[in-house]
Amino acid sequence: MIVAEDYETVADSRRSHPAQRVLVLALIGVLLLLPLWVYPVLLMKLMCFALFASAFNLLLGYGGLLSFGHAAFFGGAAYVTAHALKVWEINPEFAILTGVGAALGLGLVIGLLAVRRQGIYFAMVTLALSQMFYFFCLQAPFTHGEDGIQGFSRGKLFGIVDLADSTTLYYFVAAMFVASLFAIWRIVHSPFGMILQAVRENEQRAISLGYSVQRYKLGAFVMSAGFAGLAGSLKALLFQFATLTDVNWHMSGEVILMTLLGGIGSIAGPIVGAGLVVTLQNHLATSGFPVTTVLGATFIVCVLLFRRGIVGELRHRLPAWRRK
Amino acid sequence: MTLATVPAQHAPAGSRAALSARGLSKSFGNFQAVNDVDIDVHHGRIHALIGPNGAGKSTVFNLLTKFLQPTAGKIMLGETDITRMDPAHIARLGVARSFQISATFGDMSLVDNVCVALQRPNGLAVQFWRPLGSLSRLRPRAMELLGRVGLADMAARRAADLSYGRKRALEIATTLALDPKVLLLDEPLAGMGQEDVETMAGLIADVARDCALLMVEHNIKVVADIGHDITVLQRGEILTQGSYAEVSADPRVREAYMGAEDDD
Repeated sequence: MIVAEDYETVADSRRSHPAQRVLVLALIGVLLLLPLWVYPVLLMKLMCFALFASAFNLLLGYGGLLSFGHAAFFGGAAYVTAHALKVWEINPEFAILTGVGAALGLGLVIGLLAVRRQGIYFAMVTLALSQMFYFFCLQAPFTHGEDGIQGFSRGKLFGIVDLADSTTLYYFVAAMFVASLFAIWRIVHSPFGMILQAVRENEQRAISLGYSVQRYKLGAFVMSAGFAGLAGSLKALLFQFATLTDVNWHMSGEVILMTLLGGIGSIAGPIVGAGLVVTLQNHLATSGFPVTTVLGATFIVCVLLFRRGIVGELRHRLPAWRRK
Repeated sequence: MTLATVPAQHAPAGSRAALSARGLSKSFGNFQAVNDVDIDVHHGRIHALIGPNGAGKSTVFNLLTKFLQPTAGKIMLGETDITRMDPAHIARLGVARSFQISATFGDMSLVDNVCVALQRPNGLAVQFWRPLGSLSRLRPRAMELLGRVGLADMAARRAADLSYGRKRALEIATTLALDPKVLLLDEPLAGMGQEDVETMAGLIADVARDCALLMVEHNIKVVADIGHDITVLQRGEILTQGSYAEVSADPRVREAYMGAEDDD
């Protein structure tokens, strides 16, 4: 008969590996020192998009749901945070909370309508609703249409810490980034995350075990929208700017590109993907090359050469990495 | 000649069926897939649903599990009318099912497959803030269930790597995790080798002691061995019902099967 130790090993494989913990701590250390060598604004932009892609991956990589409307949460939260800072002049932490709250609310509404559909229909519903939101943003007076919201100060965090200084802002953004990634990791590796994975792998089976799968999908959708909103709020705080670009469907497409390039279904994948895309965009912006063409070509190469994405392919080829 | 639903010599006196359907019908457009089917599934008994290809067995099965909505008729789970409930809801009330194509969570270990089923009744499934370690209290029960179907020694393996017969066994273990009152199995023996068939038939007979069990099955030998009540369907209607001896003596049943073989 089976003994206690035998199933303990199963539980252990789910826990983080000691080597992994060291790696994570080392990466956090690098994150702390990085602004000494690299322009902090670029790093913060990277973190915003990496968080956005991670939020997206929570839905696609673990929930198996392809949303084509995540720009609504990213850009929507950016608008709300910018508006809160400029018009209401509240502290940045409250402005961010308001932005995230708006993204959660919007996620609930869009999610409620979208999770009733599957596959391509799900993607189409999210696209349609986010386009509706785009046109709302285009017309609504508080977004200032084509001009966007700009010309506000970042304010003081908790009324004490002045975020005007880019190094201070960097550590604030980095802290939010690390905390969010930890939260996403925790959600993925929770009982809820396990059910989400079960729904992704075999929805009919999950239903037959008594799970109202739409609720789990909606839960994942709202959480993903919330983190996407946090990324958008941080971006608005960073650039002191919120525009239509962030709610446009191009942005929804860009986050899909980042996530697929890096590889879905791992924590590192979307971060690598976002890093690659943002760095490419930054370098190409000053060169003569057309950005979209190069990005498109990169995507084609990735699809042809490593379908699992960069991280996915590495994990597949290096068996030691496969221990989660 | 329509036989009593449960032959008098077997019917537990005065016992209510755990799951019963009356006048169950389903049409797809103009096509009447199932017409006026009455079925009673009793606790501790194995009810086999048989019939030639296209007889509507799978449709009846999906109606009973609510994966399809009947056009007419009534389905009762004990005292509860479940005709209008969704499949997840009746699963929570104790109706568990398996699938024709074995349904496992391929990327998960065997023990996790069973844990997925154990999580919901234990109220763990919505906890997104807790680590997976919180599931460890479910593991002894999961191991026990895996042991019951003979899979305990491979609990840490990925479900996708299992052989076909073992996937089906895992499915049974997962289903049992719900502590079902009614267990519905869709062709549990299909595609199995002879050795696996015997093990699985033994397992089904064992499991049926604690619940009401209905299975759709083609393997007539097994149906004869372990089935208590047989319902024969043909063209969406009940041809006959009764014990195996009664049903197999019916000339129309022989004819239905011979006819079906000609069609093939």
